Amino acid sequence: MSDSESPKLYAAREPVFPRKVKGKFRTFKWWLMGIMLTVYYTIPWIRWDRGPALPDQAVLADLANRRFYFFTIEIWPHEFYFIAGLLIMAGLGLFLFTSALGRVWCGYACPQTIWTDLFILTERWIEGDRNARVRLWKSKWDARKWRLRITKWFIWLIIGVATGGAWVFYFTDAPTLFYNLVTLQAHPIAYITIAIMTATTVGFGGFAREQICTYMCPWPRIQAAMIDEDTLTIAYREWRGEPRGKHHKGDDSELGDCINCMACVNVCPAGIDIRDGQNLACITCGLCIDACDDMMEKIGKPRGLIDYLAFSDETLERAGKPPKPIIKHILRPRTILYTTLWSLVGVGLLVALLTRGSIDLTIAPVRNPTFVTLSDGTIRNTYDVRLRNKNGDNHDFQFTIQGADGLTLALEGQDSTTVKVNANETLLQRVYVLAAKGTAAATSDRTEFDMWIKDLSNDETNHGNTVFNGRAK
Amino acid sequence: MSKKPTKTEKKEVETTGHSWDGIEEYNNPLPRWWLWTLYATIVFAIGYVIAYPAIPLINGATPGLMGWSTRADVAAEIKAYDDANAEIEAQLASADLTEIASNPELNSFAVNAGSAVFQTWCIQCHGSGAAGNVGFPNLLDDDWLWGGNIEEIHYTITHGIRNEDDDDARFSEMPKFGADELLEKEEIEQVVNHVLSLSGQEFDADLATAGAVVFEDNCSSCHGEDGKGDRDQGAPNLTDAIWLYGGDKDTIRQTVTYARFGVMPTWASRLSESDIRAVATYVHQLGGGE
Repeated sequence: MSDSESPKLYAAREPVFPRKVKGKFRTFKWWLMGIMLTVYYTIPWIRWDRGPALPDQAVLADLANRRFYFFTIEIWPHEFYFIAGLLIMAGLGLFLFTSALGRVWCGYACPQTIWTDLFILTERWIEGDRNARVRLWKSKWDARKWRLRITKWFIWLIIGVATGGAWVFYFTDAPTLFYNLVTLQAHPIAYITIAIMTATTVGFGGFAREQICTYMCPWPRIQAAMIDEDTLTIAYREWRGEPRGKHHKGDDSELGDCINCMACVNVCPAGIDIRDGQNLACITCGLCIDACDDMMEKIGKPRGLIDYLAFSDETLERAGKPPKPIIKHILRPRTILYTTLWSLVGVGLLVALLTRGSIDLTIAPVRNPTFVTLSDGTIRNTYDVRLRNKNGDNHDFQFTIQGADGLTLALEGQDSTTVKVNANETLLQRVYVLAAKGTAAATSDRTEFDMWIKDLSNDETNHGNTVFNGRAK
Repeated sequence: MSKKPTKTEKKEVETTGHSWDGIEEYNNPLPRWWLWTLYATIVFAIGYVIAYPAIPLINGATPGLMGWSTRADVAAEIKAYDDANAEIEAQLASADLTEIASNPELNSFAVNAGSAVFQTWCIQCHGSGAAGNVGFPNLLDDDWLWGGNIEEIHYTITHGIRNEDDDDARFSEMPKFGADELLEKEEIEQVVNHVLSLSGQEFDADLATAGAVVFEDNCSSCHGEDGKGDRDQGAPNLTDAIWLYGGDKDTIRQTVTYARFGVMPTWASRLSESDIRAVATYVHQLGGGE
């Protein structure tokens, strides 16, 4: 090496000006975007009556009170396994969709893609389509450029504020917070959160765009392990398109179908050329398919020069055989395994959700000391019992003991074996279990028994198993 | 892409001039940013030494211009907590003792604060689980020497037992029946058997019958004719299953011969009234409170 100049570690971004495109994928994506944005913005405003003690917001992550509400479902912190289960399902779902359809998440459902689409859309409204934007980019900073740029940034900012503004509604009562936000009475955290979300939305969606996917997101690196030769992903039928070149009348015998019109490159939001083959930056958004299909129709060739294609089809097609049917690509051991695992976790969660009660107890035996001898010789054990009343109103819980003879029960601070647990609260109750002098439980080391609670208002029961320690001879 | 004229040969790096067996050492300077980072840390260190405690001297370190110390930080933190609790502590110190348990907020504060006080001052004798030890009463059971309601517990904690620091300390003294030759050896043997009979243990009937007379004459003034004790004098109940020093024959003989003299310090001089009330509330709700 003779060059003393060290290589640059930073490559400046090549600006991307995606051209407007029409087609079935684009239409599908518009619909998807509309649905997802509608869901995102409306969900916090849906009301759901849960009684006077609980919030009436259908979906609410109540961090302050450590509760998560989702329509009829209410999750307490000790039930966090539901969230863990959902995350596992989301992970397996991502594996499933990626092994079947490549980076379909990236191209269609990822918020980065959705918001980038939205920002490009506003950009096109204000500054015009690709050629106008390229001209504007190259032009001097005159009054017109300033006007267009500032208008665009202002609208982006509004979108950003709306995005961050909707986000905070998921964490507290939406109408109250909205009123407080507008009247400047909301907690600073709300404003800070909105400011951060606004900054990231505008920064990521407006300016960074495909760089987030290419450089920041780990998923493009992981996808290589998820995709195999049967995965349907976007590819260029090089054997059909090459050699590419401008077609002239009567002289297109040596040329392939690709007329090198650059439509696929011009519409690409990631700024790549799909004809170069599989690419780390490709988010498989499908827009190049739309652009190419449009062009093929115009020159009277069949569609699908760029298309969803599996690698295994390439070998078949090169040999002049038809590709495998899509269903055979999708149904294969790997996807079936993912689906099975996904369903198992889902069914498990569903069973857990449907069988869980609205009352709950955890029993912690006090083992310092293991037992106490009372003056009449009775052996007493103590248990710290946490009682959870997940109902919206106060309920009385009655304690009983089953599974061992001769054990009686008393509650600290209560005259009876019944205790009131307030709505939506956990009560820590010290429970004493007594074995009279000389009984089997009093004289043996360990006696297992079940502690039952019964909700006196609806007869719902729950129980826990624990151990009584006696004075062994 | 513009290319700068390339040099044909790499510039030779100078050596340090050292040579070991013909091996020379290049003198490559540190990268500029590295050097500047070093200088920056030196500047920072000077500022730090001036601003913060830094140089160790014989009686501590140089204080630093900012006057910062971990001790002051802790003191400020403790004061912040004390200030935050001042109101409820005042409420606790003035509340009627029997009313504390029925006020959920006050009770919760008292039990938690009392637990902390207990873990600091009481566990050395009574154990971290309050189960006591030989000679140190178990606070979980239903047997109390001096009374187990909240007022009696409060009094015991405030003034202590058999200490010389507090004139109001609970006081009583068992005579050393053997050591001071108040009873003959066979009389002690008799009364020990009588005491064994009181609590339903194995005993010698003849000795016990004689012991009942000895008990009547020497013990019943404190322990009662039926042996059920007297809380006014801190005399234990001899008929139940609970023994502070042990209920077997040898231990009882030892107790009668040499007597027992359990002490507890007064806490009025060390703990605030609200702390004493807190720990009294805590002890009262451990399972034996009356």
